[in-house]
Amino acid sequence: MNAKHDITLAINGKAYAIRVEARRTLADAIREECGQTGTHLGCEHGVCGTCTVIVDGAPVRSCLMFAVQCDGAKIRTVEGLADGGEPHPLQRAFMEHHALQCGFCTPGFLMLAVAVLEREPDIGDEDLLDILSSNLCRCTGYANIVKAVRAAAAEMRQC
Amino acid sequence: MAADKTAYLGRSVQRLEDPPLVTGQARFAADINFPNQLHMRMVRSSYAHGEIVSIDISEAQAMPGVVAIWTAEDIADIGPVDFRADRAAEALKPYRQPVLAKGRVRYVGDPLAAVFAEDPYLAEDAAEAVVIEIEELPVIVSADDPPGEFAAGHGTEAAVMHHGYGDIDAAFANAERVIELDLRTGRHSGVPMETRGAIGRYDAANDILEFHGAAKVPHRNQETLVRMLGRDASGMHLHECHVGGGFGIRGELYPEDILVLLAAMRLGRPVKWIEDRQEHLMCANQGREQHHLARVAVDAEGRILGIDDEFFHDQGAYIRTHGSNVANRTMCTITGPYRVPAFRAVCHFRLTNKTPCATYRAPGRYESTFVRERLIDAIARELGIDPIEVRKRNLIAAAEMPYTIAFDEPHVSDMVLDSGDYAGLLDKAVAAFGWGALKAELARRRADGELVGAGIGMFIEEGGRGPTDGARIAVDINGDVEVITGGASLGQGFETTMAQICAEALGVDYRRVRVIHGHTDLIPYGIGAHATRATVMTGSAVDVAAKMVREIAIDTAAEMLQTPADGLDINDGTVARRNDPAGPAVTLGEIARRLAPDAAKPGQGDPGLAAEGFFTTTDTVFPYGVHLAVVRIDRGTGAVAVERFMVAYDVGRAVNPMMIEGQLVGGCIQGLGGALYEEFVYDEEGQPMAVTLADYLVPSLREAPEIEVLITEDAPSPLNPLGLKSAGEGGINGVGAAIAGAIGEAIGDPGAVRRLPLTPARVMDLLRRADAGSS
Repeated sequence: MNAKHDITLAINGKAYAIRVEARRTLADAIREECGQTGTHLGCEHGVCGTCTVIVDGAPVRSCLMFAVQCDGAKIRTVEGLADGGEPHPLQRAFMEHHALQCGFCTPGFLMLAVAVLEREPDIGDEDLLDILSSNLCRCTGYANIVKAVRAAAAEMRQC
Repeated sequence: MAADKTAYLGRSVQRLEDPPLVTGQARFAADINFPNQLHMRMVRSSYAHGEIVSIDISEAQAMPGVVAIWTAEDIADIGPVDFRADRAAEALKPYRQPVLAKGRVRYVGDPLAAVFAEDPYLAEDAAEAVVIEIEELPVIVSADDPPGEFAAGHGTEAAVMHHGYGDIDAAFANAERVIELDLRTGRHSGVPMETRGAIGRYDAANDILEFHGAAKVPHRNQETLVRMLGRDASGMHLHECHVGGGFGIRGELYPEDILVLLAAMRLGRPVKWIEDRQEHLMCANQGREQHHLARVAVDAEGRILGIDDEFFHDQGAYIRTHGSNVANRTMCTITGPYRVPAFRAVCHFRLTNKTPCATYRAPGRYESTFVRERLIDAIARELGIDPIEVRKRNLIAAAEMPYTIAFDEPHVSDMVLDSGDYAGLLDKAVAAFGWGALKAELARRRADGELVGAGIGMFIEEGGRGPTDGARIAVDINGDVEVITGGASLGQGFETTMAQICAEALGVDYRRVRVIHGHTDLIPYGIGAHATRATVMTGSAVDVAAKMVREIAIDTAAEMLQTPADGLDINDGTVARRNDPAGPAVTLGEIARRLAPDAAKPGQGDPGLAAEGFFTTTDTVFPYGVHLAVVRIDRGTGAVAVERFMVAYDVGRAVNPMMIEGQLVGGCIQGLGGALYEEFVYDEEGQPMAVTLADYLVPSLREAPEIEVLITEDAPSPLNPLGLKSAGEGGINGVGAAIAGAIGEAIGDPGAVRRLPLTPARVMDLLRRADAGSS
């Protein structure tokens, strides 16, 4: 059960060659083996969405995926959102619209919204709300998260 | 001053906290790692009550990576998790929680053993291999049940507490009408998105024991740890990192906190513990569960003559750091914003075999507001008076402020309501909500067959209770400002708030103010962030200290510019003549350089552009609010849709309206969770039924209506220099009350709601009863 596997995770364009047990979650591998602690764990049972990262273009809950399933996959995390010193439009919108308080759920919301808006830039508002309702936040009451995502979506469509 | 470009008080400036949080650079407890660290995993009871027959660690201890496994015997020299010093009630001490269960387990989740291993996965493997034998004992799952035995000589009714004043028997004897209600609030909790975490590290080279992952009250916890572990305070450092939400439950001392510290010293390696979500939902403090038998005496006009309330408080398995504080706050706030000539409350403070309880956002007050506002609605209904009108007849008037509520019991502090225009806020809220037209519209919709209704909850909040807090402010030779506080940040925007207050008083850009908090080695005192104290207490201390620095800066500049001090002003970090801002000037950095220890002239006083200021008060500030709700019920499923919700709240003085609105909206959605969805349910054997986020239903975006917010500043507090009150709990306080009223009206039986939360099953039950009653 404790046999280890050699895999490579490509996180934000950088390759991490790591050795993990088959049971190691993607979230733990990203955080511990690769040292990218911006991805947070809120429930470890796939309900809260805090650990959302983008794997090969799709938003996934990294607590529900094993690291070995992602060998060779392209993974994006919150650390890769900003372009150099320039924040991503969603990061900026979250700050401008007070869409975070404690900020623990924020990386998950950002990665969820980035994946959705990149895949479907013209997504309808109802569908957007449906998708955003898959993550949990305990501080903000969501209204400002919605405002921020709508504002960033409009900006991203113009680019 | 408000038009000044460097005025920061009252402006919705962007938060200083945000950049690391949106870029993944923040450091939460789980992100802290020390070389050579061990990982701790708890072995917990799966029975709600029983005698521990045996704990067999032999197989687990032999597993790979396991360094040690402790049971109660291994830490027999350490006492139970202590109350905070100011909560020391001798009679309650036998009910404190041992660090590891001794002899008996008393709830599902009770820690029995701690495994220390090289890796968290290995620690969890080993914890599963510890063999526990428990002989089950009878379980008490409700505070309504007859009390049993907690331990030899100590029953499960730990205390019967009394609060009261006035001639309550005469009030009821002379009443035109007496109304009695049987009311219950469900068990819920803060459930922050970050679970708990604790890292202990012993620096043997300097004999310093470090605790990383502190929150809420680091200095208070330092006091307790010093007492429990027999260390000197200067050798016990607590460090706060980023904190993923608190809501009252995080930052209290728990058994796991003691264990990581002991293990760090005794095993000689750093020890890290990160709670999983299932543990969190079984072990972190819960709250709210009370059963009230309340009655109110009124005259013919609906004026309250007296309130008499006997209630049963479900404390869970142990009494934690707060002692009986939640029950006390319930009793003190039942009368709320109303004039109540006679009052009596009796609390049966009872232990059960469920997760222990303590403070959760608006502790005791969410509960008392539900009870009080149900009584007020009942008066309106029974006497045929409009619910707004009956409230107005009973509200304490602005002219009566400050208004003292003095209790007969010598140990119960008076409540001195500092300022407020309760009726004024009610008028504003009702007007902004369009109450009159709304009620007519809802009546029309009900006549058309819709199940819609509106409800109201009025309340007072309390915050800023002292006794004292301080702050140290220093300006460096570049003009950058450092504010060192003993405050704490739980994600509420503490740094920005303090920076704004400092910037306003000193005359600098708030972005040049770095705010330090949550480190007991940097400042020897600190009130922390609890009971909505931070803005009032630490904020007032920052204001005092910043004004002291300002005075030093102006006096020094007067000498440097050869200008009378009273003609000078500070704007954007530069001192110049008020009537000639473009004339000769000196920056705060230049003043700091002039006052540097190696440059200061003898006789000028202490070197440095710095000051330490304190704010002390024996009083409490009382903000107040009105919540208004409109709901629609689905007749087929019992699901409740909240069509509208307004939080109207007088905050005294708003430092940052954007952040206050954020607190009120976020708190309100939590309150809706507690009113409609969230509940820690236990079966008859004391097994918890809500141990995942799929069972404990925190609202998602789809359950979160847009909250209308009306912030007023009509009643600044006379008790502190800026008139500050507090905002952390005003969004949640009245939600249960307002939703209860709205659902009652929607189903055509305004008094029907006696219990929270109003899950679809309970609403269906109410609908069936209402239909049976009308047919």
